[in-house]
Amino acid sequence: MPAGFDPTSIARKSYPVEETIPLVVIGAGPAGVAAAVEAARLGMRVMLVDEHPVASALMGIDVPWMFGERMSAAVQNQGRMLEQIVAARPDLQAAFDAGVDVRLGVYAWSAFVEGPTSKALPGPMLGLADETRAWFVGFERMIVAAGARDLGLAFQGWDKPGVMGARGFGGAVGLYGAFTGRRIVVLGAGAAGRAVVAQAQAAGIEVTGVVDVAARGAQFTVPVHAGYRITGVLGAEVEGIAIARPDGSGAITLACDTIVLAVDVVPTVEMFDLLGCATIFDGARGGWVPVTNGVRCSRPGIYAAGDCAGISDATLADPAIAIASGIAAARAAAADAGLSVTEDSLAPLTGPDRDPWRRDWLTAHATSADLPICRCEEVPLEDLVGVRPPRYLAYDAEKFANRDLRTLAADGPVNQDQIKRLTRAGMGACQGRRCREQVQSLLAMQGNQATGSVPMPSYRAPLRPLPLSVLAAFEESPEVKENWTAWFGIAAQWTPHWEPVPEGLTYETRWNPGVEE
Amino acid sequence: MTYHVAVIGGGATGLSTAFWLRHEAKVRVTVIEKGIVGWEASGRNGGGATHAVSPLFAEEQRLWPLMDELLGYPTEYQRQRVRIGLSRRQLDLILEGVTIARRQGFTAHELDNKSLRELVPFVSETAAGGVLLEYGGHANPQRTLQAYAWAVQDLGGDIRQHTTVTGFDLAGGKITGVKTDQGTIGCDAVVIAAGPHLAQLGAQLGLRIPVAAARAEMVVTEPLPLIRFGGADGNGVYGRQTLRGNLAYGGGAHEWIDLPDAKTPKPVNSPVMQSVAKRVFELFPKVAHARVIRSWAGVIENTPDGRPILDRLTGPDNLIVASMSSVGFGLSPASGRALMQLATKGACDFANLSQLKLSRFDTLPPDWQQDAGWVPWSAQETAA
Repeated sequence: MPAGFDPTSIARKSYPVEETIPLVVIGAGPAGVAAAVEAARLGMRVMLVDEHPVASALMGIDVPWMFGERMSAAVQNQGRMLEQIVAARPDLQAAFDAGVDVRLGVYAWSAFVEGPTSKALPGPMLGLADETRAWFVGFERMIVAAGARDLGLAFQGWDKPGVMGARGFGGAVGLYGAFTGRRIVVLGAGAAGRAVVAQAQAAGIEVTGVVDVAARGAQFTVPVHAGYRITGVLGAEVEGIAIARPDGSGAITLACDTIVLAVDVVPTVEMFDLLGCATIFDGARGGWVPVTNGVRCSRPGIYAAGDCAGISDATLADPAIAIASGIAAARAAAADAGLSVTEDSLAPLTGPDRDPWRRDWLTAHATSADLPICRCEEVPLEDLVGVRPPRYLAYDAEKFANRDLRTLAADGPVNQDQIKRLTRAGMGACQGRRCREQVQSLLAMQGNQATGSVPMPSYRAPLRPLPLSVLAAFEESPEVKENWTAWFGIAAQWTPHWEPVPEGLTYETRWNPGVEE
Repeated sequence: MTYHVAVIGGGATGLSTAFWLRHEAKVRVTVIEKGIVGWEASGRNGGGATHAVSPLFAEEQRLWPLMDELLGYPTEYQRQRVRIGLSRRQLDLILEGVTIARRQGFTAHELDNKSLRELVPFVSETAAGGVLLEYGGHANPQRTLQAYAWAVQDLGGDIRQHTTVTGFDLAGGKITGVKTDQGTIGCDAVVIAAGPHLAQLGAQLGLRIPVAAARAEMVVTEPLPLIRFGGADGNGVYGRQTLRGNLAYGGGAHEWIDLPDAKTPKPVNSPVMQSVAKRVFELFPKVAHARVIRSWAGVIENTPDGRPILDRLTGPDNLIVASMSSVGFGLSPASGRALMQLATKGACDFANLSQLKLSRFDTLPPDWQQDAGWVPWSAQETAA
């Protein structure tokens, strides 16, 4: 029996894709380049997409990494930065040579795939954008090699210019060659901190010291202050950092112009969430990671390679592990595409549970009510814990006296998305990059529950903040334009509901579609 | 206090009903919610409170300015709206809606381009004009939903989250209990305000409640300087500037979906979100640089005529069925009060609900959803 047709629904509307690609690789770090090169070598047509160089405006809001306003004006010259990045990633040459369609300075801002609430798509679609326009490509398979991003952890003064993250520092010094600092203090004496110190020393940047709340920090050639907490940051911009033992003793200041927060980094799992791939919290792999069978994600045709699949001290020290996983992902994708290849088996990542590092940091620093947690939305610790509305709203303090995270937890398991909407923590322009992990940890700590028992707050498109003008720069298909309505197209919904539905009233008679508005 | 009303659904309509049942009727109330209160479309929508076609309109307008005080928690309610027509035709369609409000005694002022841009400086010099409504408004859906829930609790109401209805106990033509996966809740009356899940729940009672579920989506930008009337929309998108300054707008093609069980799957976005952004860009070209930072989607239900069902049935005679047919948030202060009256008095004394009975669909053909095309559609299946 033929179904009727709802002209204002998504049915029969086309969203153009510029081309359909057998394999897309997201991220041109070691894993992504290795994956793209291997897949091309095996005969697949491959597009490799990487967002760098990103717009300097994004760097200014710590997207995708915490750049801490320590990037030179050179980053405003995107052409020059493109050359710089190609020079900083010599392995890209192999991708060019292998015939990979390499797209640098292109954001992968969305992926739309079939799911329980989305059946109408012609096939899997990837949203791409540069600084002027946004477009879609279709894809058959995708290797996500999106790397890791910075772990934001609060301390008094972490919202000042000059506080950056380990990935931001690595990008500023290595990828962009645009770091403006001269003297740094590194927070975190683990593998991420060690990598920062090594990179700084290789670049001739002075390292005044390394600070960690935990008693760790062997293998450093610079002074390590283990068992210290941050008591403040000197200057309106970073001029130094004040530290002390938890009991207040041993207070000293370390001079620096930049503080690099390198307690840890976090696998970048946003694309997996958009794709509907299952994720789990695994402290030993750095937090939320995709559920995988080898390199295969829970959704067929999606593969995870490199840091976004999970980190360990070994992966932070040795890019060979990421490269191997990239090659394995390429071979798996090729095999699934019907090519005759031998698949690699990868050794699982091993290492200590990294979750306690976050908790220890927050236990040491979440001691004052005014500690800034969400910087974009200016949510201090007390407002998060008290589930208070944002400061621009007037509210009855007496009513809220009996409301906090614990009373909310008594009504049902705490969900970070609910906290976002109530307090606005994580709702800002950085898209929650600087606070989502620590909000999760704080919620778990308040409820005396495992960190992973707090559900992962959802990721939504666009995965990068894109201007309206960029998203608007595409050619819409005529059937989308002609049958556009703000809300369904049910004519009787728009006539008085105390009167019977008028005779003969239809979508066509009411809106007369096709007339140019 | 013995009379006990079970409200199924912790969305805008159900929570408001529970609030009024405690606040005004002062009866016992239990809200049964399968997930978290305000989690679905009730907590994520355009936030509009301007529904002149509804018999609840006057009550909606009367109540919204009182809600912060009544609930005790902020809703971010803001009065008035600006409707923008980029073309003469868009403006004419806006004026059709305004006429319906004017007939009910509400006022609105037409704006030429210059006065429009004074109120909404994001608009271009080429916009045909606009209308400033001296009625209507908008609020923050999530904050409002939590306010309802907290107010219900403060008034002694019981909210059971993460509780799924599995069936009903009937005796003597009445529902005597609501069966859930957490045990049976005895009751004297039941209000079903379960949005897209109404059809399934009705079927458990042998009733056909014709609603179809669809997914709709919105986008939100980074904060911008506040404009005088944040409830400014037009050009095929509805929405508002939040009090924080974000532009939150939605519209365009919806997607009809299947809901096979009591769960609501996570509603995803689609390429339609880019078309929404395109229309916001056209509406507000002066802030073309504003970055979209988020999008979201929600699942809503529609009845065949797009109008609510607000009805106390005769069999079972203590059952009240409530669907707002995809337009529930803004009307919720009034719909909840009407439903409170249906549950405790049997009739609503402040609004004409005569056209909103379930029985108007008695003669609907069994395949109405197919006939209307209100069913999932697949490009891939169509191609194959």
